[in-house]
Amino acid sequence: MAALTKEETEALIQEVLEVYPEQARKDRAKHLAVNDQSLEKSNKCITSNRKSQPGVMTIRGCAYAGSKGVVWGPVKDMIHISHGPVGCGQYSRAGRRNYYVGTTGVNTFGTMNFTSDFTEKDIVFGGDKKLAKIMTEIEELFPLNKGISIQSECPIGLIGDDIEAVAKKANKEIGKPVVPVRCEGFRGVSQSLGHHIANDAIRDWVLENRDGDDSFATTPYDVAVIGDYNIGGDAWASRTLLEEMGLRVVAQWSGDGTIAEMEKTPKVKLNLIHCYRSMNYIARHMEEKYKIPWIEYNFFGPTKIAESLRKIAALFDETIQAGAEKVIAKYQAEYDAVIAKYKPRLQGKRVMLYVGGLRPRHVIGAYEDLGMEVVGTGYEFAHNDDYDRTIKEMGNATLIYDDVTGYEFEEFVKKVKPDLIGSGIKEKYIFQKMGIPFRQMHSWDYSGPYHGYDGFAIFARDMDMTLNNPCWKQVKAPWKTAESSDVAVAASA
Amino acid sequence: MALRQCAIYGKGGIGKSTTTQNLVSALAELGNKVMIVGCDPKADSTRLILHAKAQTTIMSLAAEAGSVEDLELEDVLKVGYGGIKCVESGGPEPGVGCAGRGVITAINFLEEEGAYDDELDFVFYDVLGDVVCGGFAMPIRENKAQEIYIVCSGEMMAMYAANNIAKGIVKYANSGSVRLAGLICNSRNTAREDELISALAAKIGTTMIHFVPRDNVVQRAEIRRMTVIEYEPTAKQADEYRQLAMKIRDNKNFIIPTPITMDELEELMMEFGILEQEDESIIGVTAAAEAGA
Repeated sequence: MAALTKEETEALIQEVLEVYPEQARKDRAKHLAVNDQSLEKSNKCITSNRKSQPGVMTIRGCAYAGSKGVVWGPVKDMIHISHGPVGCGQYSRAGRRNYYVGTTGVNTFGTMNFTSDFTEKDIVFGGDKKLAKIMTEIEELFPLNKGISIQSECPIGLIGDDIEAVAKKANKEIGKPVVPVRCEGFRGVSQSLGHHIANDAIRDWVLENRDGDDSFATTPYDVAVIGDYNIGGDAWASRTLLEEMGLRVVAQWSGDGTIAEMEKTPKVKLNLIHCYRSMNYIARHMEEKYKIPWIEYNFFGPTKIAESLRKIAALFDETIQAGAEKVIAKYQAEYDAVIAKYKPRLQGKRVMLYVGGLRPRHVIGAYEDLGMEVVGTGYEFAHNDDYDRTIKEMGNATLIYDDVTGYEFEEFVKKVKPDLIGSGIKEKYIFQKMGIPFRQMHSWDYSGPYHGYDGFAIFARDMDMTLNNPCWKQVKAPWKTAESSDVAVAASA
Repeated sequence: MALRQCAIYGKGGIGKSTTTQNLVSALAELGNKVMIVGCDPKADSTRLILHAKAQTTIMSLAAEAGSVEDLELEDVLKVGYGGIKCVESGGPEPGVGCAGRGVITAINFLEEEGAYDDELDFVFYDVLGDVVCGGFAMPIRENKAQEIYIVCSGEMMAMYAANNIAKGIVKYANSGSVRLAGLICNSRNTAREDELISALAAKIGTTMIHFVPRDNVVQRAEIRRMTVIEYEPTAKQADEYRQLAMKIRDNKNFIIPTPITMDELEELMMEFGILEQEDESIIGVTAAAEAGA
């Protein structure tokens, strides 16, 4: 099916909005847009980072998810206490596939759940004493931990526990960083505020730890990789490229990261930001306080990788610039072969995305490298600076949807009829039942890495094996005509 | 007689606990079976009945035992003067935790454990002065107290508080069976106090059920951790509490209140000389500006 025109896309949005009651329609209309590359600022066409309407089946998370799940959780040698009742920690445990090296339970703790397991009496009498006791026990049972973070669940904010005081006291007693984080789930409209709160906690409780300490020997090529959560090994596949071009990666946040790396980051020459949404705050802070410049980069697909490597290299001397060219040349045969193999199988296929922090715009280039086109994209919890960056990546007249509702997404898919959808676990089975190939683009569907040249090969293979899987030919009942089966899909969806 | 559940509200320090315990003692003297449920972390709602400093509370026992599910009713229920059953919900020290949740947990526990048995004639909830959150409104939610008595005096802030509590009752009255049953004036010896509270009661649609005069015997009894009824049954003040008890026993005047606006309340106070006519020309004018003018 040919791409929709601007008028058709506008009509589609209007049609989808029609079913809403007036107030909801007015609100949702602001979050749906037809892309127009000529716009400089996205606020001309889309509103974001607003409270979701009740009843629409949003898939957003909460501030706790943003702090514990995204930013802090992957710091592997710290113990992150989910402070509050047991569920928040237990049902989010080990769900994000942040790979790490270490012996779990001995010197790394990434997939474990530590919780203060609040009960009625903790709510009524406060949890500060229990928290202090937990930290003593952690120190006894897991002496190789390098620090503790306290991730507040909702009740902590309601009953007003003084976790900062407990943290300061524990820090003196155990002599390791103890970081209180006020990421109560009810704060903000999505997980996005949790990222910001987590960044602020890093600023206030971690970054200054080595101010005035020059014992760490620096080089002119020191960089930090920030906002790579090493999902399926992404950060590893990225880091090798940076190292091969001659840079020294002294810190990696936070996938497979350590507290020591975070503490050293103010010593680097340049901060490299992959997930801008979740880590731009701390990058801006380091720029202001430590005068460390930062740039965003994109390691999805060879075109964007080369572009990013050159952009990064341009901020260093000729050695690094030559190094970047060398890396691009070294992998060329490899990624050309990947393209040669998969592009013919994927050429012209149309994709719709709906993901989180950076992927709704960052993976577009990787699809394009394979001859595919992203015809609709949207973010769960973006702000308008994300959409500013998205407008230029997307084609004209494509669909952009913010905090898309279950209903809207299904209706868009029925009309746009993409060949592939990339979104999360909650969308996956709905669209698969509609007979549409689907990839989970939060966890890489238990695959990955997708970053770097290594990741691109896996990305291309995964898209091909999903899209061209013979199962999709079996979705249609043989006794149904093409016409009636369309109706059936619509009815069951 | 069916169990009647009553809640006593009013401004902090107005004398709710003292009035409640004396009133309950008088009801017991009249042959009624009564229970007091203290809903205040200070746990001072039953001390005059039990001759105790402060009763061990449901929440402190639950904290010791591990959880409230580990408690038995007899662990928390004490019997004092006149066979009055006493429980205190308890709660945290000031500045920590959530006292409101303590009240909710404690009342749920009492219900589940069958504390409200058929033999009781009255339950009185003695609630923390300010209804600061949902927890302290627990006693007036569905299936709990149906009668609310507000203790007040002729002082300005006590009347503000009474009117505000009436507003809170409206919210729950419209969705349930809770009703305002009257104002109890605990006298502070202000001028024309009985007339003023009667007038306020009339405006919000109820009555001043009784005027309790001020009498030092209350304090004398209190330092002995006793009610007047027990300490000096022949005192005139004991008869005042007996009259209050009988009026409450025979009370049938349960209404949805019609709280008044701030302007109306201020007008009423001005009428009785508590508040002076507001001089709007001085609002927002600093001392320096006044001196300059």
